[in-house]
Amino acid sequence: MPSRSLYFRDLRILAAGAQSVSGILLAALVMAFAPFPEPFVEPTERTIGVMASSFEFSPAEISVNPGDLVTIELTSADVVHGLYIDGYDMQISADPGQTQTLTFTADKSGTFRLRCSVTCGDLHPFMIGKLHVGSNTLLWRGFGLATLSVFTLLVWMPATFRKRNQDTPDVEI
Amino acid sequence: MLKYNLLQHTWIKTLTTNRWPLLIARAVALGGFVFAILAGIIGTPVGNHNFAIVAVWIAWWAALMLVIVPFLGRSWCAVCPIPMPGEWLQNGAVLGPIQDKNKRKKFRRFPKIFRNIWLQNVAFTLLALFSAVILTRPSVTAWVLLGMILIAAGLSLVYERRAFCRHLCPVGGFIGLYSQLAPVELRVIDTQVCKAHTEKSCYQGSENGFGCPWNIYPGGMISGKSVNTNCGLCMECLRTCDYDNIALNLRAFGADIQPQNKIKLDEAYKAFIMLGSALVYSAVMLGPWGSLKNAAYQVGTLPWFGYAVALLAFTWVLLPVSFYLITQIANRLNPTSQSPRQNFEAYASALLPLGLAAWVAFSFSFVFANISYLWPVLSDPFGWGWNLFQTAGVAWTPIFSSQVPALQVLVLIGGLIWSGNTTQKIAIDRNASRQTWPVMAFIFAVTLLLIWLFVA
Repeated sequence: MPSRSLYFRDLRILAAGAQSVSGILLAALVMAFAPFPEPFVEPTERTIGVMASSFEFSPAEISVNPGDLVTIELTSADVVHGLYIDGYDMQISADPGQTQTLTFTADKSGTFRLRCSVTCGDLHPFMIGKLHVGSNTLLWRGFGLATLSVFTLLVWMPATFRKRNQDTPDVEI
Repeated sequence: MLKYNLLQHTWIKTLTTNRWPLLIARAVALGGFVFAILAGIIGTPVGNHNFAIVAVWIAWWAALMLVIVPFLGRSWCAVCPIPMPGEWLQNGAVLGPIQDKNKRKKFRRFPKIFRNIWLQNVAFTLLALFSAVILTRPSVTAWVLLGMILIAAGLSLVYERRAFCRHLCPVGGFIGLYSQLAPVELRVIDTQVCKAHTEKSCYQGSENGFGCPWNIYPGGMISGKSVNTNCGLCMECLRTCDYDNIALNLRAFGADIQPQNKIKLDEAYKAFIMLGSALVYSAVMLGPWGSLKNAAYQVGTLPWFGYAVALLAFTWVLLPVSFYLITQIANRLNPTSQSPRQNFEAYASALLPLGLAAWVAFSFSFVFANISYLWPVLSDPFGWGWNLFQTAGVAWTPIFSSQVPALQVLVLIGGLIWSGNTTQKIAIDRNASRQTWPVMAFIFAVTLLLIWLFVA
């Protein structure tokens, strides 16, 4: 039967541990889900020409602002190519030498992969471009969470254990 | 550490010790394998309309990297069809061992210099150098698979047991390494029973089964030791153990990655080759840089040589050498009696969780974007216009395309925390907690680079 003082010590350790862990979890949740400050830019209409050829889009990366009305003019330089936007789940295809347009409102922020949607050759599954809409919050959240993880492992956990050991001297049973 | 022996359940024991379930599973796998080779050779050259590419590099790869390796360790090796023909030839039997001991043939041991995974490291690197072609051209995939079967069979006719799987298979090397993280293991229940058992039927074989095909002594499969790397989970030792002294345990994830279980230099190098390849593949295959893709694809051209040199330099030199320097700095911060090589090997094991996380994250992106090619290919495996199951017309549609980037970040953060925690355990074990800092900085930097490659 453990002594009464040991029982209270264990309770104190548990309470302190839970408090600290909940602090870290709260920080992680804030980092993962808190609204990300983003400068407001008046939405505008944009027309962007994209050339598809030999497993690459040119330009390979497109940047627009949230709310922009975007028209992509896809032109194929060699064989039939398509353009599919991850997250927006929209696509068009263009025959060689032809131009096709896709218009959409950039109402989702983040970075999205552009993929060729028509089999165009051996490297077709890897024909990828990028659409950036506003800030890439996921990237910064990812960096933040990684930093928090390292901080937790390197600073918080050792400090917590040290403090606990100092605060709660061993009790004989 | 908490473990649960699955063999307490009679049906699991029957399923694992009876030869028929495994033989049926392997026969199905062999059938699929032969069909993939056939489709690769006689089917359409268009990769995403050919069974060989879609079944092997999308469906099998997804199952392997997202389910089997993380959760079931080396289970794939138990059903892998590549060594089957060679094993049949070597054993002179398909199902069980020949009962007359005198009729069993003797084979040579694998050369001592190669009894490690250096050849597997080289084999994987070779595949990586040509991967843009292997992954996309059905005929090349078919010849590579056929070549692997023939090499495995050839080795089985000369060397004992599964020499190909243990020392040459380019896939087996990393499956073995990462299976240390998996929550399953075969281990001895009571080591004293093994010590007293003079026949060592688990290693020598008996009328009940073959001696360990993976050339390890099952009596040495002790809890807490890193055995998963080389144990192929073929269950042969369950059949040959005269005392029911082997357990098939469910255990904690990563139970093999303990400070006392140091990995060897060849395995440490494998960790770098895998981590480096994940980084290179993510840039080449998932990045927006067309010139990189074309360089990787145009084998024999000057850009390809540039790609090859960069890949080799990055995976074999830059990453390991920088990590070696990091471990040296760590030792300066908090000196121990360990040699530089011991430091390097010990801390390299901390990279395994992050390496696996990197491959899982890479596979998320590649697999979910392309898995819908599977349905048309099932109906029309050769790309000849068939429609066997009325699924030939299913359109290509990426799945979870909105969720994949967030999933990748989560998996990488998980890998970072696991690797970081492993680093701490190693440092604390040698009373040198300050050694954690430089190693953690390396892990942190690699994680940031991976996150950037996947979601930037």
